[in-house]
Amino acid sequence: MYAYDEIDRTLVNERVSEFRDQVKRRLSGELTEDEFKILRLQNGVYLQLHAYMFRVAIPYGTLATNQLRALAHVARKYDRGYGHFTTRQNIQFNWIKLAELPDALEDLAKVGIHAMQTSGNNMRNVTSDQWAGVAPGEIEDPRIWSELIRQHTTLHPEFSFLPRKFKIAITASDHDRAAIKIHDIGLRLIKNEKGETGFEVLVGGGLGRTPFIAKTIKHFVHGRDILSYIEAILRVYNQYGRRDNIYKARIKILVHELGIEKFSREVEDEWQHIRNSSLQIDDEVIEDIRSRFTYPAYEKLPHMPDELRQAAADPDFEAWRKNSVAPHKVQGYSIVTISLKPVGGPPGDATAEQMDALADLADKYSFGEIRVGHEQNLALPHVAKRDLPALWKALDKLGLATPNVNLITDIIACPGLDYCSLANARSIPIAQELTRRFANHELANLIGRLHINISGCINACGHHHVGHIGILGVEKNGEEVYQITIGGRADENAALGTLIGPGVKFDEVADVVEDVVEAYLALRERPEELFMDTVKRLGVEPFKERVYATR
Amino acid sequence: MTSPLEQKKIKIAGPSVVTANRTWDGIVVYRTAAKGWSAELSEAAIVRNSDEAKALLAEAVADDVGAIGPYIAPVQIGEDGKILPGNLREQIRRTGITIGQPAQV
Ligand code: HEM
Ligand code: SF4
Repeated sequence: MYAYDEIDRTLVNERVSEFRDQVKRRLSGELTEDEFKILRLQNGVYLQLHAYMFRVAIPYGTLATNQLRALAHVARKYDRGYGHFTTRQNIQFNWIKLAELPDALEDLAKVGIHAMQTSGNNMRNVTSDQWAGVAPGEIEDPRIWSELIRQHTTLHPEFSFLPRKFKIAITASDHDRAAIKIHDIGLRLIKNEKGETGFEVLVGGGLGRTPFIAKTIKHFVHGRDILSYIEAILRVYNQYGRRDNIYKARIKILVHELGIEKFSREVEDEWQHIRNSSLQIDDEVIEDIRSRFTYPAYEKLPHMPDELRQAAADPDFEAWRKNSVAPHKVQGYSIVTISLKPVGGPPGDATAEQMDALADLADKYSFGEIRVGHEQNLALPHVAKRDLPALWKALDKLGLATPNVNLITDIIACPGLDYCSLANARSIPIAQELTRRFANHELANLIGRLHINISGCINACGHHHVGHIGILGVEKNGEEVYQITIGGRADENAALGTLIGPGVKFDEVADVVEDVVEAYLALRERPEELFMDTVKRLGVEPFKERVYATR
Repeated sequence: MTSPLEQKKIKIAGPSVVTANRTWDGIVVYRTAAKGWSAELSEAAIVRNSDEAKALLAEAVADDVGAIGPYIAPVQIGEDGKILPGNLREQIRRTGITIGQPAQV
């Protein structure tokens, strides 16, 4: 867990009273919408189709149980009893009233939660691996560095008025769970030959209208230099970045236009001027942040407790354990992923009751800590293995034990036309139908790891470009049409998917996905060959043939 | 549906209304002939040509305290004179999300 300091608390409280005043002036007509819009966006408030939407930051995806209860409270008191976890370690409330927003913000501020850096052309909340601090083999807890960057960039004028929004993600494991290659800056924590901690720095990733996978611009930047290096990147971006055209204003376009070599050289030049400035980080600063992250007092526990051995006889428990439970850095403990993808449900939604009950379970079984990941699932990061069977039973009662983590029904979907004012087509009902089609656990297991990502427009909030199967909703003559890509991936081998052919209608999407999956099952060389590997080996042609032969 | 939020030229192809979101709570509202806003589509003022549409929109834009983000949206008029949303986006705005709400009890 992380303990905020006094400066943060004061800042958050000031923001709440400032916003209360702004809302009052807006409702009285003293402020016009034009004047108010930028102020509400600074506080995470958007306008969607049916209502305002309120986006709250969950920095590096770490939540304490009192914070999760506060989110449940906001869902219950100010919204319609549920919230939506997003791909960027945020939660969104869909039905909030402007007049009540200051109260909601105030209730959240009491537990140190705020909505800064969730919208606008600024530095967005820094995201990280949801298994930070507990994943085996991690170089170091990446949240320490996320927090350093968060402190440095929050409200810093240079980062508050950028050409466009700016997103950073950090990972410290070989397996990238933070999707760093689709962020403006991706940081991979590594050690050099001398054993010093630093970063491989990637820039220019992003999806949307013009998707790019980030490229490495420097193989090693020492930890103490990371702020000056980021600053150098931002200066180059601020200097060249296109403010005249929002479609070209993202750093990915600049990197693409200048070329990675020129871009790196510019950054390097800039960096040489500032690397020995006050931006160099003292060890004490890092130590101070490090000391604010506390870890539980783990017990010495057996690797294979009796409780787990006995429960293994239950096939339902085993099905859940195989997909949801991951190794922990401490013997006798596990990381448990909680699927927010029930069959037939909207991906990423959780009710106030589920949040409250989960907070109780986290207190009981996970040292009071919950994590939020970019796959729109939650996790309990410190569960003793002996408690797994009891936890599973409790989760099952809450509808939170769907055994589908990383399987075909663990779908990422944006809100789409059911909520979003920018949407061309619906996303959630497509996801719901797909979860029904593949509800059979044996079938899903047979298929193996397969990620479906759905976006309702080209902004790509559902990361469709990097879905193993990507589905993009577009509009054609007033009708919803969906373009299907295959072969994308969001991990350390990130790649963009390839379109398989003409778009298909709303009612046909699930059939097409079934065809793609059937083709895969027939084409794979052996059961262990994953969908993305078969696509890589054979290309899209055989899939295309299967899908369009009969259409 | 192409988002109408970037509406630049006003060109209407059939009966239309002006719609927006009410400022204090964000709900969907329609501009009425009585120079107010209503949550009922049946109470919306119908415009049938661009001049009417422009005038109604201008009036709606001026009432910035009442509702935000006004734009012109197509409707269909049923045989019984009933006003129906003219496309899927507007239908969803009127009748709500097409999926069950997780917390619906
Ligand atoms: C419903 C309200 C939402 C609106 C109006 C909205 C709007 C946008 C827009 C305009 C962009 C493109 C920005 C650009 O390329 O510069 C974008 C990108 C993005 N949104 Fe959303 N979004 C919404 C909801 C969500 C949700 C629910 C999620 C998570 C599930 C999400 C995650 C993202 C991500 C990850 C990107 C970055 C894609 C990239 O790398 O380019 N958004 N959003
Ligand atoms: S991808 Fe488009 S439809 Fe989906 S949430 Fe983002 S802006 Fe809305």
